[in-house]
Amino acid sequence: MTIWREVKIMYDFLLGHYSYWLTIILLCIGLYGIIFKKNLVKKTIGLTILQASVVLYWVSLGSKWGATVPVLDPAYPASDVANYLNPLPHTLMLTAIVVGVATLGVAFALLIATYNRYKTLDEDEILEQIQ
Amino acid sequence: MIWEVELILYMFVIVAAIVALEVKDLLTAVVSLTIFSFTMALLFVAMGGIDVGFTEAVVGAGVTGILFIVALYQTTIRTND
Repeated sequence: MTIWREVKIMYDFLLGHYSYWLTIILLCIGLYGIIFKKNLVKKTIGLTILQASVVLYWVSLGSKWGATVPVLDPAYPASDVANYLNPLPHTLMLTAIVVGVATLGVAFALLIATYNRYKTLDEDEILEQIQ
Repeated sequence: MIWEVELILYMFVIVAAIVALEVKDLLTAVVSLTIFSFTMALLFVAMGGIDVGFTEAVVGAGVTGILFIVALYQTTIRTND
């Protein structure tokens, strides 16, 4: 009898945090792209996916069941915190997205400089030319 | 939060991410990344982060895609993986 209660708790844990598990999968896909892809543009795509998954994690952290968006509505009193989502992760991630695009621009400047010097974007070919 | 909508959007996001990394043509990969960003913006809106969703749709999907294509035309589309 007690083992079934344990199983039920585990099942609820896995299903209740589904957003986290899927975000972790997305993070692993981005990390795989950064580490195992040889083309530098593919690495940059992996970086973008990784960054988006981190933003997704924060936004999912700020959401809760039965709450509305953080815009004041007289029908839902602001004195009860459970009525509204937590807007702090949203503002932080707004900044993170914009900063991420600026970083991406720097990455492209480096990519173009690398291409002008070595005439290739493949990691192995660049390492061959360096040696 | 409507979890059915979120689950469908999650599937779209994961498939678009895998396609963006595994496809052989870099231009196709960039288009798939744009699809990824737009679906991500929908996911943010579904989770209640409306401002984050708007920013992701404008900056993440629009500007990032343009930057990628400009960088590809400045360099090369040739790739081995």
